[in-house]
Amino acid sequence: MTSAPLVHLFLGLLLAPLLLGVINRTKAFFAGRRGPPVLQLYWDLAKLLRKGAVYSQTTTWVFQAGPVVGLAAVLAALALIPFGGAAAPLHFNGDLLLLAYVLGLMRFFTVVAALDTGSSFEGMGASREVQFAALAEPALLLALAAAARKAGSLSLSGILPAAVPLSPELALAAGALVIVFLCENSRVPFDDPNTHLELTMIHEVMVLDHSGPDLALILYSAALKLWVLGALIVGMLVPTVAGVPWVANTVIGLAGMLLLAVVVGVVESVTARVRLVRVPHLLAAAGALAALAFVLVLR
Amino acid sequence: MTILMLALLLLLLSGVAAFLLRSRPTAASVAGAAGPVAAAMLALVPALTVLRGGEVLSTELPWAMPFGRFCVQLDALSALFILPILGLSALGAVYGIEYLRPYIGKYSIGSSWLCYNLLVASMVLVCLARNALLFLLAWELMAFSSFFLVAFENRRKEVRNAAWTYLVATHIGTAFLLPMFLSFGQAAGSLDFAQFAGCLGPAQAGVCFVLAVIGFGTKAGIMPLHVWLPEAHPAAPSHVSAVMSGVMLKTGIYGLVRVLSFLVATPGAPPAWWGWLLLIVGAVSGILGVLFALAQHDLKRLLAYHSVENIGIIILGLGVGLIGLSAGAPVVAALGFAGGLLHVVNHAVFKGLLFLGAGSVLHAVHTREIDHLGGLLRRMPLTGLTFLTGAVAISGLPPLNGFISEFLIYAGAFQGTVNGAAPVAAPLVLVILALALIGGLAVACFTKAFGIVFLGEPRGAAAAAAHESGRLMTVPMLLLAGACLAGGLLAPFLLPALATAVAPLAGAAAIAPLQTAGPLLVWVSGISAGVLLAALLFAAWKRWLLTGRDVRRAVTWDCGYAAPSPRMQYTASSFAQPLTDFFEVLLRTRKHMRLPDVHFPTAANIETETPDVSRESLYAPLFNATGRVLSRVRVMQSGCIQVYVLYLVLTLLVLLIWKL
Repeated sequence: MTSAPLVHLFLGLLLAPLLLGVINRTKAFFAGRRGPPVLQLYWDLAKLLRKGAVYSQTTTWVFQAGPVVGLAAVLAALALIPFGGAAAPLHFNGDLLLLAYVLGLMRFFTVVAALDTGSSFEGMGASREVQFAALAEPALLLALAAAARKAGSLSLSGILPAAVPLSPELALAAGALVIVFLCENSRVPFDDPNTHLELTMIHEVMVLDHSGPDLALILYSAALKLWVLGALIVGMLVPTVAGVPWVANTVIGLAGMLLLAVVVGVVESVTARVRLVRVPHLLAAAGALAALAFVLVLR
Repeated sequence: MTILMLALLLLLLSGVAAFLLRSRPTAASVAGAAGPVAAAMLALVPALTVLRGGEVLSTELPWAMPFGRFCVQLDALSALFILPILGLSALGAVYGIEYLRPYIGKYSIGSSWLCYNLLVASMVLVCLARNALLFLLAWELMAFSSFFLVAFENRRKEVRNAAWTYLVATHIGTAFLLPMFLSFGQAAGSLDFAQFAGCLGPAQAGVCFVLAVIGFGTKAGIMPLHVWLPEAHPAAPSHVSAVMSGVMLKTGIYGLVRVLSFLVATPGAPPAWWGWLLLIVGAVSGILGVLFALAQHDLKRLLAYHSVENIGIIILGLGVGLIGLSAGAPVVAALGFAGGLLHVVNHAVFKGLLFLGAGSVLHAVHTREIDHLGGLLRRMPLTGLTFLTGAVAISGLPPLNGFISEFLIYAGAFQGTVNGAAPVAAPLVLVILALALIGGLAVACFTKAFGIVFLGEPRGAAAAAAHESGRLMTVPMLLLAGACLAGGLLAPFLLPALATAVAPLAGAAAIAPLQTAGPLLVWVSGISAGVLLAALLFAAWKRWLLTGRDVRRAVTWDCGYAAPSPRMQYTASSFAQPLTDFFEVLLRTRKHMRLPDVHFPTAANIETETPDVSRESLYAPLFNATGRVLSRVRVMQSGCIQVYVLYLVLTLLVLLIWKL
């Protein structure tokens, strides 16, 4: 049992880029294309890490600090997230707050790194990012509060493994989390990772000027963030089986993650992006779902 | 206690010395700054001893004043406030020596130092006083000395207006404190604080609670009583803004907490509505504070609104504590109070730092207009680095101190939300919501403030020609930035001190639950340190990867446009626009636009301003109405001396008849 958290941490580090491959393959399937290889992001990372870099003359050390702080922060988040019914490598009462706020630290540095270029495109992306994040934050914490009350624990490692699948409260909270997940990871309907027009981008445009190893760190951090928030949803919705070796639960958890990736791919294939001015409404809906979940738990 | 009295005396002496040396401004600055520094060093020992659980110090000096006694006491609560007061004042004083230099010959430096020292001394006395009369006298001395400090640049009209607004607002607050202290005095039969605890009946206690919230809240700057804050802070010299925003507002919190400690001793107190009231006040101040900050174009005004936000967070913490007390949940109470009080200290550190940083920018560029700045990190590396530290800290992000106090308040709220009954969980989940929204908006606001001011290219010639300030200004900022980091990484060691300070509010029962929070803070600080270390390691790794490779410099990607200019950068107003538009109902931003209307437009512009809603729709109508009513009285002022003589005779006659 003791090795489970470390194995899960390692799995997260190893498999996070795979999720994006699965999402892209699903989208390709819906579009009738062959699509890029499932392991494409791994090849991209390997190639970027071997490259040199081009920095804008305008930028300072803040620009270079963005990717490294982002990776350090998301690694802390990964260490706090439980997986497959086992506790996280690091867990304590209140770790859910630290999870939310290290992701906030990552966002802060991504945004200031974007502003460091002085580009209007990146300023625009940064402005949208902080707006959506500010509105997503209450929904995230409210959903976590509902789940925490349901489980009677203040630690993610107490909340997720105790999650009862198919309970209406958790389903609502998970619904809110799915919206937050799509928003925070810049997926359709909030952002389109495939867009080629700088004016319409959010996350992609903030990292427009990063290149080489910096870009590799950013892409890998984004994959890890997808994994962390995905594990939160999977942990709430996918049941863990008692009385079997932990490896079995790990496999169930992995299957859940892959299923989530497929679902994201399907969502991206069948829905269009909402207009930017409508995004806050969607996030308010997430808040409403989370509030409803909380009221149900309170009852 | 003798040491503290000596510190007060030193402050007075140094202030007077600076005043006497006013014809030689440089000497006056040194003499004026020496007092706060010496006082801070002197007071460090007794304050720390008391906070570490040492004996409470008290003394009484002879004072011939009816109902007044000069009794002073240093307990853990006072010590918790005195430490940041003296610490920040000392650093502000050192900073002020250099900051005031350009004003030599234009304004009186010596008088400014006299007021500065009086302000510091009166703040310390407010925290030490144990007699209502002494407290109020110190309170008024504080108001007047800070009034003169705000009015430093008295030849500018907007500065004079700001100072008058401040003076009026602060006295409205005091007007609510007088009846409160009087009802305490009447019930206790004495104006000594020692007799106040639990002397009131439940109904009276409720009234006094509301009076205290309004009276002390005006000083602390809660919405909608905050009108003076966004006026006075930008008008004052920056080291004074730092002291006023960082610690003077906190004397309002101190007063509220002190009075609460009397009130919670009332049998049956506190009723649940006290907690609710504080939660609502805190949430409104917090959310509206940060929203108005987001809409500002003036760097110091933005910081002033952030003080409103942080006071909101502190009040939320106190509210969580009261809810915990009334529900009989000592863990919730202890965490809420401890978080609120720790945020008092933390806010003093990072808001002091940010105001000093803004002052450094003002010193170099001579404008506070955010949209005229840019690219200052290259030109002012130390100011930039420390401002970034303050920005991360005030956004409540790990690994810095702001996260620790917010974590404690959150932890208290979550504790009650998860384990409490519905009447406890319902208000506390509102705290979680409010804190989450405030946190998200604060990130938006400070990425804007730091990003637009310090990053990118300069948006004007003045910003391009900026230079770093001298050591007297940068060293205090570096020390405060260090304190932000220390407060985040050494948080577990602060808990015992907090426990002693919280005891008068939450009772001795609070100490045990707070100690259970110790291991949590060890985790938080440990992981924060890990994040910091990992970031440094990754940075080193990246540097190692790039050695020997092709690393080039080029222009920022601009979609292939051939002639990028600094004017094409995103501005602070456009950065904040999506959020200010979304919350338009609350902000009522005014837009003046000239849209491009022909096929080949030559000129178009947009101007936005966000006036204070509370000033425009609460204070202005109120004062205008008062003015109209009182102007009728003017009929009596005919200017004719015979009529005045008639008034005198009539008054005498009435008095004679009345006494007959």
